[in-house]
Amino acid sequence: MTGTNETGKNDILVRVENLKMYFPITQGIIIQRQVGTIKAVDGISFFIRRGETLGLVGESGCGKSTTGRAILQLYRPTAGDVWFEGVNLVQLKGEQLRRMRRKMQMIFQDPYASLNPRMTVGNIIGEPLEVHNIATGKERRERVQELLQVVGLNPYFVNRYPHEFSGGQRQRIGIARALAVNPSFIVCDEPISALDVSIQAQIINLLEELQDQFGLTYLFIAHDLSVVRHISNRVAVMYLGKIMELADRDELYENPLHPYSKALLSAVPIPDPVIEEKRQRIILKGDVPSPANPPKGCNFCTRCPEVMDICREEEPAFVDVGGEHWVACWRVGH
Amino acid sequence: MAVQGTQTVNVNWRAMRQESMGQRILRRFLRHRLAVAGAVVIIILALVAILAPYVAGQDPYYQDYSAIRTPPSREHILGTDPLGRDVWARLVYATRVSLSVGLVAVMIYTIIGTILGALAGYYGGAVDTFIMRITDVFMCFPLLIIIITVVALVGASLYNIMAVIGLLAWPSICRLVRGQFLSLREQEFITAARCVGVPGGRLILRHLLPNCVGPITVAATFGMAGAILTEASLSFLGLGVPPPQPSWGQMLTDAQKLTVLSRMPWLWVPPGIMIALTVLCVNFVGDGLRDALDPRMRID
Repeated sequence: MTGTNETGKNDILVRVENLKMYFPITQGIIIQRQVGTIKAVDGISFFIRRGETLGLVGESGCGKSTTGRAILQLYRPTAGDVWFEGVNLVQLKGEQLRRMRRKMQMIFQDPYASLNPRMTVGNIIGEPLEVHNIATGKERRERVQELLQVVGLNPYFVNRYPHEFSGGQRQRIGIARALAVNPSFIVCDEPISALDVSIQAQIINLLEELQDQFGLTYLFIAHDLSVVRHISNRVAVMYLGKIMELADRDELYENPLHPYSKALLSAVPIPDPVIEEKRQRIILKGDVPSPANPPKGCNFCTRCPEVMDICREEEPAFVDVGGEHWVACWRVGH
Repeated sequence: MAVQGTQTVNVNWRAMRQESMGQRILRRFLRHRLAVAGAVVIIILALVAILAPYVAGQDPYYQDYSAIRTPPSREHILGTDPLGRDVWARLVYATRVSLSVGLVAVMIYTIIGTILGALAGYYGGAVDTFIMRITDVFMCFPLLIIIITVVALVGASLYNIMAVIGLLAWPSICRLVRGQFLSLREQEFITAARCVGVPGGRLILRHLLPNCVGPITVAATFGMAGAILTEASLSFLGLGVPPPQPSWGQMLTDAQKLTVLSRMPWLWVPPGIMIALTVLCVNFVGDGLRDALDPRMRID
C-alpha cells in the first residue's frame, strides 16, 4: 500500500499503517530504567476518505485519543506510517511538520483546558493565521471576526478572555481556532463529552454544517455510540489498543460481527419502550487487562463470551469479510 | 447578546478598539487599594532616594562631636548617632542603598532564574538534569553564608553586593519556573498550540511564560524584600556597604549595644521601621500586580 492519491469517490486522505504508540514505564530517580511499556496503540491500520467521517469508539483508556494524537504527530509514533495526502507524516521533522499543520487540526475534549487563559479570543483564533503567515493586522482581525460568525459566536467577543464563556461557547472558540488555517482534516477528540446534553446537539450540528460548508474530513473520537452513529459514515471499534471491527456505519450497528462490538452495542438504550423491553444486554465479565501487559493471542480473549482455544494462543488477523467490513476475530472470516 | 446572521452584524471596530495590554493591567492594578498605597509609598521612597541631598537638609557624613547621641531636637529631627552625625540625613541617604540593592539584585536573579528554569522545564531530559543539578549544588549551602564568604573575598561595596546577591540567589526562581513549565507543558492548551503549529520560541514566550507571570511576580517581590533584608543583615554584620556610606542595616548595628537598645530608640527604631515599611509595600505591590496580570481574577 502506498500513499498515492486516487481520484474520485475513493480519494483517500489519511492512511494509517500498522501504527504503534508505546509509552515507556520508567523507574529510578537519577538513572531511569525502563521497566515496562504501555502499549496504548498496538498496530492499527485504516484509512479515511476525503470528505467522510470515521467514528472511533471504545471504552476509556483503549487508545482512541492516543490514536488521534499520534496521527497528528503530537505524539511521535513508536512504529508505523501515517500517510496524509501522499506524505508520510512520521518522517517529517521540525519545520516541515509545522507547515503540514495548516492542513490538519484538532478539536479537543475539554474546552476549559484547551484555551490559553491568558490570551484573548481574538489572539487564540488569530494565532494560527500569524504563525503560518496567512494574515496579519487588519486582514487577520477581519478573518477572526469572520471565523467567529462561522461558528455562531458574536464577533464582538474578540477582546474577551476564555473564562468569560460557557463550555459550549468555548468549544466553538476551539472549533474556530481549528478552522482558522482552512484545514482539510480535523481530529475531533471527544468534542462533546465535556458538554451539557443540551449543548452537545448544537456542537454536533455545527460540526456537520462545517463539514458540508468546507468539505472537511473528520476522525471523530467518542464513546457515545448514538452520537457516533449519527455523525459517522464509517465506524471503527477499538479495544485495548487495537481495532476490533471497522465497517460502514449501518452495517456495524445492524450486523456487528465481533463479540466486543456486540457487547458494546447491546449497551445502547433504544428510545422505544417496546423494543427496549426486549433488549438483551451482554454483560462482560472482569476488567480490561492492563495495556502494559496485554494477554497473549487476541486482546479480548480474557473477557470474550465466545472464546475458543486458538484465541488464547494466536492473534487473529484484521480481515475484510466482504464489503469493506473488517473484523479481527477467529470466529469470523478465518 | 444573541447570535446574529452574517449579514446583519456590522462590527464597528473603532468603537471597540482594543484597550492595550498595559492600559488594562494599569486599570486593574489601580483597583487594588493596598497595592496602590504600597506603590505610592515606594514612589515616595524612590523620590527620597533620588532627591536625597534636598530631603536630608544636612550632610550625613558630618560629625558633630559636640552633639553625640543627642535625642531628637529641632536641630536634629531624629537625633544624632554615636559619632554626632544626623540620623535623619543618614536615614534618607540609606534609602538609596536599600532600594537599589533590592531592585538591581532581584532583577539580575529573576532574569537568570527565569531563563534557566524555562530551558530546564521546556526541554527536559539532559538539559533539565544538568540545570537542576547545578541548582541543587547552589541550594545545598545556606545563601547568607555563601554571600558573606564571597563578599569577604571580593570586598564589600554597593555594586559587589548587588552582583553577589543577583548571581547567587537565582535557584529558587529557577525551580519555581521549571515547576510551572513542567505542569503547564502537559496542559491541553499547550498541546493545542503545538497542534496549531506554534514554533518553540513563541510557545515559550507567548504561551508558557505569561502563565507563570503570577508566581514569578510574587517570588520577585518577596525576593526584593529578601534582598533588602539580606543587605541589612550584611551591613549589620559589618559586611555591607563600607562604613561612612549609610544603609539601614548598618544603622541597626548600633542596636547591638544594650544601652542603645534600652535608652536611645531614635537610633534603631527609624531604620527598623523603614525596612519593615519598604518590605511590606513591595509585597503589597506584588500582590496587586499578580491579580492585575491574571485575567481570570475578577477585579472589575
